[in-house]
Amino acid sequence: MVLISIFLSFLLSNIFGYGGGPASIPLMYEEIVNRYNWLSNAEFSNMLALGNALPGPIATKIAAYVGFGIGGWWGFIAALAATVIPSAAALIFLANVMSKHRNSKIVKGMTLLVQPVIAALMIILTFEMLQDSYVSLGWIQTIAIAIISFALLQKFKVHPAFVIILAFLYGGIVVPHLNS
Amino acid sequence: MLYKELIIAMGRSGILGFGGGPSVIPLIRYEAVNKFKWLDNDEFGEILAIANTLPGPIATKMAAYLGYRQKGIPGAIVSVLAHILPTCLAMVVLISFINVVSHSAVITSMVSAVIPVIAVMLGMMAYEFAEKAVKGLGIYVGGALTLLCLFLLQYISIHPAIVVLIFLIYGAFHFNLKDRILHKKERGM
Repeated sequence: MVLISIFLSFLLSNIFGYGGGPASIPLMYEEIVNRYNWLSNAEFSNMLALGNALPGPIATKIAAYVGFGIGGWWGFIAALAATVIPSAAALIFLANVMSKHRNSKIVKGMTLLVQPVIAALMIILTFEMLQDSYVSLGWIQTIAIAIISFALLQKFKVHPAFVIILAFLYGGIVVPHLNS
Repeated sequence: MLYKELIIAMGRSGILGFGGGPSVIPLIRYEAVNKFKWLDNDEFGEILAIANTLPGPIATKMAAYLGYRQKGIPGAIVSVLAHILPTCLAMVVLISFINVVSHSAVITSMVSAVIPVIAVMLGMMAYEFAEKAVKGLGIYVGGALTLLCLFLLQYISIHPAIVVLIFLIYGAFHFNLKDRILHKKERGM
């Protein structure tokens, strides 16, 4: 019956987590630490640190870790299914409805008016990332990496994967020496 | 062949996207729009907007939709798995090394050096959306609405989903309203 608790707790924290995976972290904390005591506070922060060190969506990483830790492979599947499936199915359904009426004035107006909101959300996210980077790297490195990657992406049309790997190498090889 | 594209695109963006789901969006967009050309930029923006009104992780929603678009439900499953399985398995495998990994200076610096790159990609996307807003609504209205959204989201801290919803609801009436105003002007003359 632990599988049902796993499924329900991840279902709840993702259904009420508006704003992508990071927004549902506090809700998951509530379920995992306070309600079911699956992890202690310290274990939760350790897991979050590991999750932040790895790429990919954060909500699914937490689900995988806790699901597997509590319920083995079935727990892993239950936690991930609860995290991913409801919102994915809802998007597929809504997007299908919208695309059927793509040429109606109503849908056209909706998709036009949502552009400024997305722009604003992206601007905020950009500044949050720059601030994070300032805290860990300082302004000089942040701006240098930003300018170089902008030039590579925009002017030389380099694949983003390649730019990220370059930054990764720089971070692994150069940054630890600068800080020590 | 399409499955192979889905696996490459979603696998690559899952493994290289640091900073949580929302920061993976520019990578997913690059694969879907620029690299594999499954849909155009406008359509990607529309889907992203709808996805923002729904709860739950954003990256998996986008992965599922793009997979579904290409290959139906099996495509959605393949696409989501390719996006999340590598890192989810890494979480499970690394449980025993958790203290080593989360406190290693080299790994922390590697991740922090990627963040400015992600910031640049998000900034480029922000510019494109703002450009589209200005093109569709005119420089004054488009610019003013973008600033209004920034104000609502950042200073009053209204929840993003609510702001998106308000703009969607107004958007549904936008063209009818515009027509009516134009009609009145014509009659007035």
